Amino acid sequence: MPKLTIDGIEVEVPAGVTILQACETLGIEIPRFCYHERLQIAGNCRMCLVEVEKSPKPVASCAMPVADGMVVHTGSPMVEKARKGVMEFLLINHPLDCPICDQGGECDLQDQAIGYGFDRGRFSENKRAVKDKNFGPLIKTYMTRCIHCTRCIRFITEVAGVPELGATGRGENMEVGTYVEKALSSELSGNIIDLCPVGALTSKPFAFTARPWELRKTESIDVLDALGSNIRVDARGAAVMRVLPRINDDVNEEWLSDKSRFAYDGLQRQRLDTPYVRRDGRLQPASWQDAFAAIAARLNGVDGKRIAAIAGDLADCESMVALKDLTAALGSPNIDCRQDGAKLDASVRASYLFNTTVAGIEEADALLLIGTDPRREAAVLNARIRKRWLNGRFPIASVGPKVDLTYRYEWLGDEPRLLTDIAEAKHPFAEVLKGAQKPMLILGMGALARPDGAAVLAAARRLAETCGMVKDGWNGFNVLHLAAARVGGLDLGLVPGKGGRDVAGILAGAEKGDIEVVYLLGADEIDMDRLGKAFVIYQGHHGDAGAHRADVVLPGAAYTEKNATYVNTEGRAQETRLAVFPPGEAREDWKVLRALSEALGHRLPYDSLREVRERMLAVSRVFAHRDAVAAAEWGAFGTDGALDNAPFVSPIENFYMTDPISRASKTMAECTALFVAGNQRKTGTHG
Amino acid sequence: MSGPGTTADQPANFAFSAENVERARAIIAKYPDGRQASAVMPLLDLAQRQEGWVSRAAMDHVAEMLGMAPIRVYEVATFYTMFQLKPVGKHHVQVCTNLPCWLRGSDGVAMACRDELGIGFGETTPDGMFTLSEVECLGACVNAPMVQIGDDYYEDLDPDSTKRLLKALRNGEKPKAGSQTGRQGSAPAGGPTTLVDVPAKQGE
Repeated sequence: MPKLTIDGIEVEVPAGVTILQACETLGIEIPRFCYHERLQIAGNCRMCLVEVEKSPKPVASCAMPVADGMVVHTGSPMVEKARKGVMEFLLINHPLDCPICDQGGECDLQDQAIGYGFDRGRFSENKRAVKDKNFGPLIKTYMTRCIHCTRCIRFITEVAGVPELGATGRGENMEVGTYVEKALSSELSGNIIDLCPVGALTSKPFAFTARPWELRKTESIDVLDALGSNIRVDARGAAVMRVLPRINDDVNEEWLSDKSRFAYDGLQRQRLDTPYVRRDGRLQPASWQDAFAAIAARLNGVDGKRIAAIAGDLADCESMVALKDLTAALGSPNIDCRQDGAKLDASVRASYLFNTTVAGIEEADALLLIGTDPRREAAVLNARIRKRWLNGRFPIASVGPKVDLTYRYEWLGDEPRLLTDIAEAKHPFAEVLKGAQKPMLILGMGALARPDGAAVLAAARRLAETCGMVKDGWNGFNVLHLAAARVGGLDLGLVPGKGGRDVAGILAGAEKGDIEVVYLLGADEIDMDRLGKAFVIYQGHHGDAGAHRADVVLPGAAYTEKNATYVNTEGRAQETRLAVFPPGEAREDWKVLRALSEALGHRLPYDSLREVRERMLAVSRVFAHRDAVAAAEWGAFGTDGALDNAPFVSPIENFYMTDPISRASKTMAECTALFVAGNQRKTGTHG
Repeated sequence: MSGPGTTADQPANFAFSAENVERARAIIAKYPDGRQASAVMPLLDLAQRQEGWVSRAAMDHVAEMLGMAPIRVYEVATFYTMFQLKPVGKHHVQVCTNLPCWLRGSDGVAMACRDELGIGFGETTPDGMFTLSEVECLGACVNAPMVQIGDDYYEDLDPDSTKRLLKALRNGEKPKAGSQTGRQGSAPAGGPTTLVDVPAKQGE
């Protein structure tokens, strides 16, 4: 390992490390614009210049590997002068519009100009002006501010895998853009807003709404897909103003999908802010007491077997355990958290987890996708697969929808029988999997949420076993969920009890009149027409399908409005935190259930969040640790049976609208119109 | 479309002629497997030789042939000034106005071009015969001033020889490239000045 001296301190670092990284190990901060630790090195901003003895010129520390015996100075007069020169050049063409720039207050150029800028410029010519680009409904451009660091180009090309951005022209005429007018079609495009060190790329929905220093910042968890990306919710007053990613190398690194980042305006629209009771065929505002009384009156004397409960995709663990306890108290075995009808088996935890873990993808050396389109189902996770693929020697094949995943893969077909073929080594890809040290498969909801789902699950288990995916220290069997609530619901056992009905059974029962009362905890994705004449109680935060059908509506809290637990697809329990209070009369969901239980005469035995969490812990040890993943034990699961011939399709048709929050979002509606309805031509010059 | 030097009037399609498809194949074959993208500049040049300029459709076609993202081709084509992003006349007259040429009278050459063709820099004659451009140093300073027309350099110009040159081109003639004063290559204008005497034999 080379030894070098930085500012008089001798340090030993691994070979191949750059001077900038070596400085960071000593806690010496080097100013930079173009360098970013998760992107390739470009070395074009020149802000990170340092002095290296015996070198005739200052050296760009981000691009210079360390060598034995180097003597580096990071604060010498020469360094100072060089950086001031670079800063002066950068500011020549940068407008002085910080007071009206959305980046103001969190701008790298602004911050570093404090250290290296002059209070006046010597450049008296005209500044260069660049026409703004149209990158679609999410990203606002102000290209005159661009300092050509190329971070956005590198991100879109390397991480997002959608090479649409580039630098055209040269010198004074260089411009960052798409050249042809088009919106960026990546699901991760919002990340270039964070990456941009200046105000050239800013958030369009957030434009001119708030200054960063007036926002209340709350660290939380995203629930709009099952990945559980770590986020920071920025709020002012009662409104969430924006959502940003937080760094968590085990989950989302520092990226966030566009849906998770921009759907927050849906939190302001279509909200349920007061209880409603259906009177004379119409939902009318009511008090909590009236709503509870209406439910108590309807439930009075109804046999438990004629009551059912369904937990939706955004339900938190606290409310789900309360729902389970309440349903049990009412004597009903009819409870289910799998509203899409996925044939998941709650008895073996390894059967419904992403066992490899997200970070574990980087260790794998072969991948089989089954009935999944990870790019739309978990965009950030797909970027992790692409990262592994870019490292090479990572054969990928897919049995499922034929879509562009941003990396090359072998499409084997979309017929379920291929699973049996691979498991029985009748298919050439079986050889690839068997030859791999750490093969993995990802099983999507497109393969499980179908009538033969249990047989598919069994076939996938057999495939995993025969292809050596499950062994000591490695579990390559992965289920990719779509709903943030699903794993938590299965961990808490929200599946039909003895003789109970699952979602399909509940719907069939309601249609026939065997089920009289249905409790929907944020469940909006079921076919409401099939609920027949049943009395429907809907508890949730948005006036979506469920609330429209309901007879009583109980307003709940969205994920930014409660301290709640969610378990991501890996089985990692994480907590959202209250950033703003629920609107109007809405309350945290477990409290609603607790209050209702009292009105029904079955008081649930917990009065505080701590006590609810103790109850969760009693149900499952999973909740003993936060932000951690425990390996799940392998077992037998799935039901052997005939596989249907119907092809696997991804359940996500529209990435931008998958849940009540994103369906209420105007921004997501614009994205849908542009990317899903597929009319790119309507952007830009067309108005 | 954005950026300087482009046109909104773009053809919908581009295809290499049968002959050029063969050439393109030969060019691509020069590069190792997986490194086909290296052929982007020769192929853009080939497209420009076929059409006279590089259109969006041509860039997209080259991108597809080489398995590159179209933006990577746009970057290359817009970076190099020798790729023409809008149609140019049959004869593209590129006048060097950098320092050595300017010292030797490129102003006069440029003026002669304007007078003779009736157009300014960046313009094309109505008959589509000539396009006049101002360019940076083309590396023929020793024979300054000079212009490049098509693939040929015409050197040691003055206003009169420039006009003669353009007239000849207009008449469909093919003037001799190189120095217009008749000197050989870049040899001294008045004939050799060194190594003129017979070297003395050793020992004499």
